[in-house]
Amino acid sequence: MKSLTKSASPAVVRFDPGWKTILECAAVEVFEMMANTRLELNPTPAGEPQGEETAMVGLAGALCGMVTLRCSRKNAVKLASLMLAGDSGSDSSTARDALGELCNMIAGNFKAKVSTLGEHCLLSVPTVISGADYSMGIAEPSKTMIVALTLADESIWVALIVHQ
Amino acid sequence: MKNLKVLIVDDSAVMRKIVERALRQAGLDISEVLEAGNGAEALAEVQKGSLDLILSDINMPVMDGLEFLKSLAAMEAAKGVPVVMITTEGSEARVVEALSAGAKGYLRKPFTPDQVKERIVPLLRGSQ
Repeated sequence: MKSLTKSASPAVVRFDPGWKTILECAAVEVFEMMANTRLELNPTPAGEPQGEETAMVGLAGALCGMVTLRCSRKNAVKLASLMLAGDSGSDSSTARDALGELCNMIAGNFKAKVSTLGEHCLLSVPTVISGADYSMGIAEPSKTMIVALTLADESIWVALIVHQ
Repeated sequence: MKNLKVLIVDDSAVMRKIVERALRQAGLDISEVLEAGNGAEALAEVQKGSLDLILSDINMPVMDGLEFLKSLAAMEAAKGVPVVMITTEGSEARVVEALSAGAKGYLRKPFTPDQVKERIVPLLRGSQ
């Protein structure tokens, strides 16, 4: 007979402020490897994340929350074009697809670099929101970590939002 | 390794194009690339036969890569065709599960063209 209480819950991994360097590294690596572009980190970004395109990948399991990647439509198109080496990256559907994949890879790369997350944290498929006029309601308590990178004089924002 | 017919399975059209480009940069002589957006679509392509290589994402809607891989085991048309899984997950357990289910290798996104070459070219040599 199968035990109904056999499987143990995975360990809960607590938010660690030290992850910022890891998130920065994960993002820079993804842009460098997949978009063939070395983005500079902006250590003192002005204001909150903004832009008309936001990709989101959910985290579930030992770490619950999401990773988001937000930028202007212009930069989303540019990133798609860089990923495809100039081949048909100019339409908005392709740009959203590219942004979703970049977000997915940043989340996966971050997860791979945090050794405690590997087996206990799952990623959702990416979702992309178009439009700048929205606010995100996050179940409290939560912690947010934001990394800003620069492409074509504009910021690209990567955020890790963790439910505690 | 000439005139290869390759199936690329990923829910992202951008990723399918990137994978195709990486395969060509790795020096593979590809005559035809078939694309599928999920495992169910991919099974229909496999059924048509004569594939030389399958690359499949793991995390996809409708039918994910692991389910697709398991379904391939029962298909005559998939016999001897090397399957390489592509994943963003850092989970060793999922990679082990894929390899146990018959995958011949895996690539972790993000990847470089050199990594694609290292992982795929030996598989094609081995399948000939």
